[in-house]
Amino acid sequence: MEAKVVKINGPVVIAEGGNFVMNEMVRVGNLKLIGEVIGLDENLATIQVYEETSGMKVGEPVEGTGNLLSVVLGPGMIGNIYDGIQRPLESVEKLSGGPFIQKGIETFPLDTHKRWNVEFLLDVGDVVNEGQIYAQVREGAIVHKLMVPYGIKNKKIVEKMEKPELTVKDYVYILEDGTKLGMYQTWPVRIPRPVKKRLPESIPLITGQRVIDTFFPIAKGGTAAIPGGFGTGKTMLQHQLAKWADADIIVYIGCGERGNEMTEVLTEFPELQDPRTGKPLMERTILIANTSNMPVSAREASIYTGITIAEYFRDMGYNVAIMADSTSRWAEALRELSGRLEEIPAEEGYPAYLASRIAQFYERAGYAETLSGERGSVTVIGAVSPPGGDFSEPVTTHTKRFVRCFWALDRDLAYSRHYPAINWNTSYSGFIQDLRAWYSENVDEKFPKYRDKAMSILEEDGKLQSIINIMGEDVLPDSQKLVVRVARMIKVGILQQNAYSSVDSYCPLKKQFLMLKTVIDFYERAKEFVEKKVAMSVILREDIVSKIMRMKEEAKTEEDIMEVYKLVQEHFKSVEEKYKE
Amino acid sequence: MAVKEYTGVKKAYGPLIVLEGVKGAAYDELVEIETEGKKRLGKVITIDRDLVIIQIFEGTAQLSLPSTKVRFTGKPLEVKLSPDMLGRVFDGLGRPRDDLGEVVASEKRDINGLPMNPYSRVYPRNFIQTGISTIDALLTLIRGQKLPIFSGNGLPHNELAVQIARQSTIKEGEFVVVFAAIGLKNSDVHFILSSFEETGASKNIISFLNLASDPVVERIATPRVALTVAEYFAFDLGYHVLVIMNDMTNYCEALRELSNYRGEIPSRKGYPGYMYSDLATIYERAGIIKGKEGSLTQLPILTMPNDDITHPIPDLTGYITEGQIVLSRDLHMRGIYPPINVLSSLSRLMKDGIGEGYTREDHPNVASQLFAAYSRVQEVRSLASIIGEEELTDVDKAYLRFGEAFEKQFIKQDFSENRNIEQTLDLAWKMLSHLPEEELTRVSKEQMDKYLKKVK
Ligand SMILES: Nc1ncnc2c1ncn2[C@@H]1O[C@H](COP(=O)(O)OP(=O)(O)OP(=O)(O)O)[C@@H](O)[C@H]1O
Ligand SMILES: Nc1ncnc2c1ncn2[C@@H]1O[C@H](COP(=O)(O)OP(=O)(O)OP(=O)(O)O)[C@@H](O)[C@H]1O
Ligand SMILES: [Mg+2]
Ligand SMILES: [Mg+2]
Repeated sequence: MEAKVVKINGPVVIAEGGNFVMNEMVRVGNLKLIGEVIGLDENLATIQVYEETSGMKVGEPVEGTGNLLSVVLGPGMIGNIYDGIQRPLESVEKLSGGPFIQKGIETFPLDTHKRWNVEFLLDVGDVVNEGQIYAQVREGAIVHKLMVPYGIKNKKIVEKMEKPELTVKDYVYILEDGTKLGMYQTWPVRIPRPVKKRLPESIPLITGQRVIDTFFPIAKGGTAAIPGGFGTGKTMLQHQLAKWADADIIVYIGCGERGNEMTEVLTEFPELQDPRTGKPLMERTILIANTSNMPVSAREASIYTGITIAEYFRDMGYNVAIMADSTSRWAEALRELSGRLEEIPAEEGYPAYLASRIAQFYERAGYAETLSGERGSVTVIGAVSPPGGDFSEPVTTHTKRFVRCFWALDRDLAYSRHYPAINWNTSYSGFIQDLRAWYSENVDEKFPKYRDKAMSILEEDGKLQSIINIMGEDVLPDSQKLVVRVARMIKVGILQQNAYSSVDSYCPLKKQFLMLKTVIDFYERAKEFVEKKVAMSVILREDIVSKIMRMKEEAKTEEDIMEVYKLVQEHFKSVEEKYKE
Repeated sequence: MAVKEYTGVKKAYGPLIVLEGVKGAAYDELVEIETEGKKRLGKVITIDRDLVIIQIFEGTAQLSLPSTKVRFTGKPLEVKLSPDMLGRVFDGLGRPRDDLGEVVASEKRDINGLPMNPYSRVYPRNFIQTGISTIDALLTLIRGQKLPIFSGNGLPHNELAVQIARQSTIKEGEFVVVFAAIGLKNSDVHFILSSFEETGASKNIISFLNLASDPVVERIATPRVALTVAEYFAFDLGYHVLVIMNDMTNYCEALRELSNYRGEIPSRKGYPGYMYSDLATIYERAGIIKGKEGSLTQLPILTMPNDDITHPIPDLTGYITEGQIVLSRDLHMRGIYPPINVLSSLSRLMKDGIGEGYTREDHPNVASQLFAAYSRVQEVRSLASIIGEEELTDVDKAYLRFGEAFEKQFIKQDFSENRNIEQTLDLAWKMLSHLPEEELTRVSKEQMDKYLKKVK
């Protein structure tokens, strides 16, 4: 029996009749809008429609597709921009006949005309297994590996494609049971792609952002949340990470945020060079844009579309980083759909399953051994937009339970233009212990110690600030004044990092360490002289302090920092000599 | 298409009516409701088999169930479009409110518009000179931006909006101003329209007026009607359009009222959970499009209930717009106009539209230095209020002097004073000259040599 629409309430439609399964993708109404079955009750199916339903009438047909809501995974995704259900926005523009997105557009996610130069890795007679890499093509900055779909075990290849220049619609091999190994595979977005084994995370994702790499680092395969009120810098930080993090592939999801922010990435990334590969950044980036004015239900799906694509590249053995801006908009989409379904709400109107959905999402991050025996990772970094900037709301509190890094953005810091506005008192990283060994071996033995010292100076400064706020700095003894002044050096000279600066937008790890060393060694020397009662104005000589504060911009190379370091040493030598007299 | 007519409204509550036995109603379609010769407009908001719920824009006052006729038009709510709309005044649903008669329309368009494809956008980067120092130097307005004014009751947001609209210049000439009054008092509307008339600018204005005494539900449509016309002028006719929407707080309250009647589960402070998405469908209509001449810049105005910036209305707006201009009651009470609270204000698009080739080479650094210095002023002031001004260090005292000058000479400006960007930046250097040179860490040595000397 053909299913027909009987009820319409925004993006939620109820159909009567039909033989659907849960999570089946369906075509709804005369315009064949894309939808997903999210509830079944006898002969009624509840459908979440991924496009606007205005103009739809009772009695219009609903067709099943027999497939679960899935993404198409194959060459041609890199550098592309998709909507929340993986429709390429370039094709959507063409099919819409203009800049405004029309309804009912159906388009294949990959370019079907492009010919790929395929390198065949196997031959007739070889036996294949799920996850195994059978062929590869060069795409953007990486080698795109074609993997045997999940569920295929011990099958012999009986035929091989003759020509090497293939389109995504061609097959590469045919197996003994007639299965074709093609140029792409599909995967249902709501199901995590399997791996052989989870591995502990012990390598940092280097971001070039000092407050992260030095103070609150994240591991490859780790999870982080960036909560913050509007205008505190979540998007800027995510853009910075998308630009500079040392991942092989970046999946950037604009989930219910501004259109212009996606346009910014689209215009900027092709012009920027990945320092590691020398290729344009766009050649390692995939964008998913379901902006705030696009349909809410596709926003709900966009997160899953993005993470499934990320897992696919992980399975090839790559380090993938995924940014979701903002997970709060995704949670709100859940809330809105839940409301339309008349479910009983838990806190602030959110459905009771909010926490478990957030947990499931972050659980898809990790460092793993893949089915083909490679090592790959998915690092997940989610922005959170708490109403009123109040972190006690449900999305922030639940997210906090499931992530290991918490980079808390602070409105006061943002107002005073301290960027990135990551609050060093309320932020944390659960990876500091796990990454100590890596930093000691790969940057400098003393790195962890210096970091701890800097943190303790900031902490002490925090306590002193509350005294200063009541009585002024003058009441403090010199030893404490020194702490306050050095803390200021750390705040202005190290923590603040201008994303627009041509020099300082990215700060290499070695430079981070040398800057830290310069400040901390300054402190240690200065302390000696404070104990010897040397005047503060002599110790904190204006030009020296100013050199330290400006070294992030003015010292362009490691040698330049060492110059500053030497200056500091000389300064103290001269203080020492004067003091001796 | 055959228009179907029904009688026998079953229920009426708030602005909603329920009708049964309807065949072929379309979701979101426009409905005409007639009671005793009086016509109203509504739209279909739920369909459940043959039962339909309709929201009436003019409300249900004096509607009687048996005598009401309901006609389904088969179309969404549309607005007529024509180049001749310039200089005209319409009501909140786009019907003429002046006595110049019906618009001879070249076409009609659904007021909800369609989402703009992010792939089709052009990233905005062209400076608009508003002639207001605080905005031009520190919160630069960019063509195609959505930059709201967060105000409070009784603060001079209307004056500021009028001044921005009157003084704004771009290389290509004048703006077309689309003015949407949403639940405004007659006196406010009068002030705004007559200010434009005085300068002879009113031929470039298209107004859509929903006054405080007009139906509440109509307010849901007013910004959309205005934006549909604005899009037509920007993207079909190629004008640079500035849309002033005043007061978005009234819009949000209408949305809350309606949500309440629909029995929806509210989120914060009774506002519906979808208010963010709903507001986004309004604000995201600003922008610039590839291959099109014009641009659509939005200047929404809202009054923060209790001056509270964390209230859902300013909060959700700030999460969508590209920055905000926040007005301060404190500055207003100290007689400073425009009373812009620099530190809590922000223009997110200024970074790519200022500096060499756009405004002046020193602009980014000067702005950054002013922000840093003024934020230090706040700390020094709170310290001074505790330990007394005399106890402050010399540097801190310099900051106090800078703060005073900055507020009284730089921020403060006459309602009709129009400063160009050169004047504004020179004035900024003059303010910075109150500080010792060592404190100016965000500007370069060369810039100090070049500009500081000039003003000293
Ligand atoms: N590292 C940085 N360097 C320079 N400026 C910054 C930095 N971080 C943030 N900013 C400034 O803060 C502004 C707001 O940042 P951003 O747009 O990232 O905020 P957000 O937290 O994403 O806000 P929303 O929740 O509204 O999207 C930027 O436009 C920029 O001016
Ligand atoms: N005490 C005052 N001192 C200076 N200006 C004032 C004062 N009171 C009102 N104004 C000016 O008059 C204008 C209009 O004030 P009005 O009385 O309409 O405010 P309101 O009705 O309280 O505010 P709203 O209309 O926004 O709710 C304001 O923009 C303000 O600039
Ligand atoms: Mg953002
Ligand atoms: Mg008033």
